[in-house]
Amino acid sequence: MSMGVPPPIASGAAAVVEAEAARAVSDDVLGEAGPGSHVPIDMRAERRQARKERRRLLLRRPGFVIGFLILAFWIVCAIGGDKITPNPPLVSVDAGGLSPRAGFLMGTDVLGRDVLSRVMAGARDVLIVAPIAATLSVAAGTMLGLLMGYYRGWVDEVLSRLVEVLLSIPVVLMALLIVATLGSSRLVVIMTVAVLFTPIVTRTVRAATLAESQLDYVTSARLRGEGGLFVMLREILPNIRPTILVEYTVRIGYAVFTVATLSFLGAGIKPPSPDWGLAVADNYQLIQSGQWWGTLFPALAIASVVIATNLVADSIEAVISS
Amino acid sequence: MTVDEAPAPTQKAAGGEHALSIEDLELAYKVRGVPREVLRGVTFHVRPGEAYGLVGESGCGKSTTAYAALRYLPSNGVITGGRILVGGQDVTRMSEKQLRRFRATEASMVYQDPGSALNPTVKIGRQVSEAFTILGRNGKDALEAARNALKRVRIADPDRVMQRYPHQLSGGMQQRVVIAMALACDPRLLVLDEPTTGLDATVEAEVLDLVRTLRNETDAAILLIAHNLGVIRSMCDRVGVMYAGKIVEEGDAVEVFEAPKHPYTVGLLQCLPRHGVRKSQRALFTIPGTLPQIGTDLPTCVYVDRCALADDLCRTEVPPVVHVEVGHTESRSDAAHFSRCHHIDRLEQIPEPLSEDNENLLKGKVVIKMEDVSKTFRQRGHDVPALVGIQLDVGGGETLGLVGESGSGKTTLAKVMLGIYEPDAGSEITLDEHLLAGKAMNRPPADMRAMQMVFQNPDSALNRTWSVRRILKRTVNKLTGIKGDEADRRIETLADALRLTPRHLDMRPRQLSGGLKQRVAIARAFAGDPRLVVCDEPTSALDVSVQAAILNLLSDLQSNESTSYLFISHDLGVVRYLADRIIVMYLGRLQEEGTTDQIFDGPHHPYTEALLSAVPSVDGEPSKRIRLSGEIPSPANPPSGCVFHTRCHRFIEGTCDVIEPPVVEIEPGHRIRCHLSVEELGQTQVAV
Repeated sequence: MSMGVPPPIASGAAAVVEAEAARAVSDDVLGEAGPGSHVPIDMRAERRQARKERRRLLLRRPGFVIGFLILAFWIVCAIGGDKITPNPPLVSVDAGGLSPRAGFLMGTDVLGRDVLSRVMAGARDVLIVAPIAATLSVAAGTMLGLLMGYYRGWVDEVLSRLVEVLLSIPVVLMALLIVATLGSSRLVVIMTVAVLFTPIVTRTVRAATLAESQLDYVTSARLRGEGGLFVMLREILPNIRPTILVEYTVRIGYAVFTVATLSFLGAGIKPPSPDWGLAVADNYQLIQSGQWWGTLFPALAIASVVIATNLVADSIEAVISS
Repeated sequence: MTVDEAPAPTQKAAGGEHALSIEDLELAYKVRGVPREVLRGVTFHVRPGEAYGLVGESGCGKSTTAYAALRYLPSNGVITGGRILVGGQDVTRMSEKQLRRFRATEASMVYQDPGSALNPTVKIGRQVSEAFTILGRNGKDALEAARNALKRVRIADPDRVMQRYPHQLSGGMQQRVVIAMALACDPRLLVLDEPTTGLDATVEAEVLDLVRTLRNETDAAILLIAHNLGVIRSMCDRVGVMYAGKIVEEGDAVEVFEAPKHPYTVGLLQCLPRHGVRKSQRALFTIPGTLPQIGTDLPTCVYVDRCALADDLCRTEVPPVVHVEVGHTESRSDAAHFSRCHHIDRLEQIPEPLSEDNENLLKGKVVIKMEDVSKTFRQRGHDVPALVGIQLDVGGGETLGLVGESGSGKTTLAKVMLGIYEPDAGSEITLDEHLLAGKAMNRPPADMRAMQMVFQNPDSALNRTWSVRRILKRTVNKLTGIKGDEADRRIETLADALRLTPRHLDMRPRQLSGGLKQRVAIARAFAGDPRLVVCDEPTSALDVSVQAAILNLLSDLQSNESTSYLFISHDLGVVRYLADRIIVMYLGRLQEEGTTDQIFDGPHHPYTEALLSAVPSVDGEPSKRIRLSGEIPSPANPPSGCVFHTRCHRFIEGTCDVIEPPVVEIEPGHRIRCHLSVEELGQTQVAV
């Protein structure tokens, strides 16, 4: 019954027959299908299209673009290391305590090392340690959160108490304690941050899982005899992936912050690494004597990574939830 | 408590100035900068004291019209033409400041979900008094006004209610509070958007009664939006039928429903199971196709693509406004009745579904049997009995209807049967004469396969990250053990039976309409050739036209596969259409059991009687109405004697509150739990 086709003789009976024929074909047309779109569509192409659309929406957000560019800059610095710094970061290149000037845009520290080169090279440690720690904590937190949210009951009770205990201890205090006991190495720092962040991720994932478990598709899965692991990993997990993705990005930002804090307190990465936290610790006492550049620039670097990851996380969340 | 039906609303201030005038309203939503037409020239007028109803499928623009009347529009909504006059002022031309003033003093709105219309953190007293402080009253004065406002909506104990938070009130009470707030400014225009959707039939009846009485006390023009045509008929003087942003028919409410003059109205009314029609008599009418997408170019008749009468003329010329002789005996007004249709004289040619006669369908032997099944939940150290001593059986190919207010234990019963909840010790559930394990996970695969469920909300019942094919394939794999190509073939057969195309199989649930989603859910339930399918309000979230298609499908599947249904619904018309036998539940106990005819013809249990009389029907009101007072008691603390005695209109003091009544079989298969004798039960019959 499409418009424009010459209609049959408009007698009442003919129209009725025609209408019945149309009814037999379908009584529920698809929302998205326009008239005449009965050509089968490649669903993979459609999904690719959806991904492309999401990317386009992300790129339209200034926050995402700025955050992404900042992170990209630091990633390049981390990969390039001393190959792309203007001066070697670990050795003295000039007199100590020079203020920012041509040749040394960020000045030199007390030992005469170029601050700009050190800040650039300092990205490496933080960008290796923080994402690994965040990944581990999100992996562990997701598993625990799924277990607690899906099984509830005593599993939830026991793990919840454990999570609360961990959350009640200040992060830095706990970190110092662990590092002091186990000695400081990259591995220890990674594990420490991962363990400390796990309860936070767990709580987020548990809440999302709880909400998801109430939905009827979970009941339906149980009615066809699915086991717990299948329901958690195949049915629930894909639906809470957006929540986890946002949590992951936020965690990376906080991990950068925590790693820098540990270095600052002397419990993280050891000198002579150009690590930012370390650099702030080495130089902050000189602020009073007017040498602010040795502290300010590494501190700004830390701030820029944390802010950039948060900008990216916010944008991702906004695009997913729209 | 038996009251005569409220007299037909009287016409106030006939003629004269309109309280609300919508003239040629055109409205568009901007989607990515492109305006898409939603309202295409809507015109209607409501006089002071008059109630005007808007009906139509979801997406037809009725809610948009209602919101536009107060200019509550989303940021992308643009009025592109026409005027909205409330008391002579043009709402479309008001400044922000004037608009605020207008909404505070001249117009009010009552929303669908009272729970979300109230602020959960503010006590009722303060919340209602806020409506008065806006009008310039000071604190104490406003509180006093709030108390009076609550009294006005017939809240018996306003002081106690004012101390409560919204979540401590029942849905019906919350809606009363919202109505009290809406009436605070003594508005010229009161817009009610689906005010009783989501409330139980008994509560709905209470709220509607209240609105009806309040109408006589105020001079407000009422604009009522409801998808339930029965509600509109019982509440409104005039009704407008909307389709694709146009009013296609308008007239006196009784007149329109009794003698519809537009093919769309005829279709909508025929979709409903009415006049006690049963599945064994005929299939339900369905309207083919769906509403056009918003923004579609519709140059002539908007309904042409779905109309059985459409011809060349309909596609080339805009249908004229045809005025119809008014003359139905029950008409509530002398309002003009018009329809926008070329073929108003050919309406009887709209094909009706063929009558069929399947009454002799053989009922097989008992498939599932529940004996003395109870379920007690433990909550904060208290035992809460949700089911008490349930006794029932379902035969092969039979549909057992389950009715009762929310909180009566219907869904718990279904979930116990399916093994989602484990029943108390001593309960016996047998399937084909063998005992079933209490928990689903302890049941062998054959038993799991035998019973499946169709849920109320298809959005929540389908995993949104899975494709339809994956959903069905996994279910076929798990339930039947069939894998690979054979499973694919089986899925295609299933999809075909549910009239899903291969194209649908590769889609995700969110790409499907509500009706299609529900079909996928039904296909899933039928994937393992079940003996029994539990249907928990499977059509309550759907439009009437889609509901009819789903009910037809369920009925077809049943006659082909001789599957049994346990059919839960609050819509008695639907239950009557589909069910062979019906069970009435109250507070986790069976109150009445019988064949569909026995339940509807009586003699009734007093509770059944109340349920039957509460439902507003498109076919007019029952002559006597029984109102249930109060709320369903907490199952944690059930009343003594007969659990229903606290709300029963035939309560016998000294008997009902002391002794639990026996279950009496008053005729073969018809059992009632009541102290009254058959003769006494038969005396107050509601005509249904």
